[in-house]
Amino acid sequence: MSADMNEILDSSKSDILPGEILISVSDLAKHYKSKAGEIRALDGITTDICKGEVLVIIGPSGSGKSTFLRSLNLLERPTGGTITFEGVDITSPSSDINKLRQKMGMVFQHFNLFPHLTIMDNMTLAPRKLLKMSKPDAEAKALELLKKVALEDRAYAYPSQLSGGQKQRIAIVRALCMSPDVLLFDEPTSALDPEMVGEVLDVMKDLAKSGMTMAVVTHEMGFAREVGTRVIFMDEGKIIEEGTPDEIFTNPKNERLQSFLAKVL
Amino acid sequence: MIASLTAKPVCLLPKWLSDLQDDFYLNFIKEDRYLYLLRGLWMTLKITFFAVILGIALGVIAAIVRSTHDKNISEMRPGLGRVLLKISNALVKLYLTVIRGTPVVVQLMITYYIIFASSTNQMLVAVLAFGINSGAYVAEIIRSGIMSIDNGQFEAGRSLGLNYIQTMTYIIIPQAFKNVLPALANEFIVLIKETSISGYVGIMDLTRGGDVIRSRTFSPFLPLFAVALIYLIIVVFFSKLVSILERRLRNSER
Repeated sequence: MSADMNEILDSSKSDILPGEILISVSDLAKHYKSKAGEIRALDGITTDICKGEVLVIIGPSGSGKSTFLRSLNLLERPTGGTITFEGVDITSPSSDINKLRQKMGMVFQHFNLFPHLTIMDNMTLAPRKLLKMSKPDAEAKALELLKKVALEDRAYAYPSQLSGGQKQRIAIVRALCMSPDVLLFDEPTSALDPEMVGEVLDVMKDLAKSGMTMAVVTHEMGFAREVGTRVIFMDEGKIIEEGTPDEIFTNPKNERLQSFLAKVL
Repeated sequence: MIASLTAKPVCLLPKWLSDLQDDFYLNFIKEDRYLYLLRGLWMTLKITFFAVILGIALGVIAAIVRSTHDKNISEMRPGLGRVLLKISNALVKLYLTVIRGTPVVVQLMITYYIIFASSTNQMLVAVLAFGINSGAYVAEIIRSGIMSIDNGQFEAGRSLGLNYIQTMTYIIIPQAFKNVLPALANEFIVLIKETSISGYVGIMDLTRGGDVIRSRTFSPFLPLFAVALIYLIIVVFFSKLVSILERRLRNSER
């Protein structure tokens, strides 16, 4: 599957080679005021995401991991620091965020499929409107991607006719229709019934194998361990520890990480 | 009754029925008076149709300005866009306050006698007055529809690279529209009936048509009930249409 996936995604057109920095995050901060005083949702995050990497972000709830992920495509506006994507500072007001988001796919916890559109229209809307693909071209590509997740027979169904796992698989291929250079996953399996988690993780594993750059916020420690190339542990808006899955899971140094792992493993 | 029957033995119908028959002839057939109703109905339909279109157009624009402002102003960077949004939001708010705070008949008269005092196109004046009035109510209906759509829909659209307007056009508005269809239908039923005040500025609509017949025949019963009946039929027919449309839209998601 990996080789075919690559062909469809046609990700070779970016000049950035595997292993080179794709997203560079520097001193990222999001502070805002609330009744309880100033809240530091993100507090000086610095890290790089390289092409082909599967970065897994873990941490307790409220640690800022989702905020961090959502900052990467500016769904959350950071209040400080910079994010450089493919050499462009996306936090600068002059950058065209809509153009950049076309290259950064996102998968949400609650799928966020468009309920008023068929699966096919969900998938072809953005390519047709933004990449100016013709309808037959966009549909051909969508159908190929649907085959990869074994849902080609549901192409003309509506989202409400699908199970949660099917919806999330569609959400992933919807993002892939734009041939993104990186995919952001915001707790993609958290809203799923347990028996449907596997089918979604399988699609993500295949994607990782095909060389897709991924940043994944998840509670699936098994996935982090098996598929992740690097794991970041966050708490209180900061990166507490980062390393290979092996380093994080078998040899955690920080006390907070140790107690977190003791609870979730 | 018996007395009247014996007095008029040739008549086979009861008196009240034959009176009704005479009345009917007097009000509708004589001098082709039914044409007042027919032409009036046509005018009412034309005014309503174009006012609905204008109302939806104005309402959607006003709703988008209002909800864009409410959702985004706190997150927006200072600049021209922010200033423009603030100004347009203030204008829309003024529009909504003035239109919803004054009677439509006064608005109609102001439009006719002041704003378009020199215009001879009565229908145009009525369409503008009712359309602008309806737009204010439609705006609040659509705005509540937009606000009812989960923010995740918006984020999904934006994360694909669609800009704000595209996300609104292809994702938010179609869903919002579906959610508020019953409320919108109700607004248009109100609008159809509201056009009955067109007579205030001399427009020959359905109500005025019936009233003209009454003033010619001095027999108010039939013309006025006929007018009421016609409105009722239109509204019932329209409600039926909307419920079919509603069912269709719902089915498309199952």
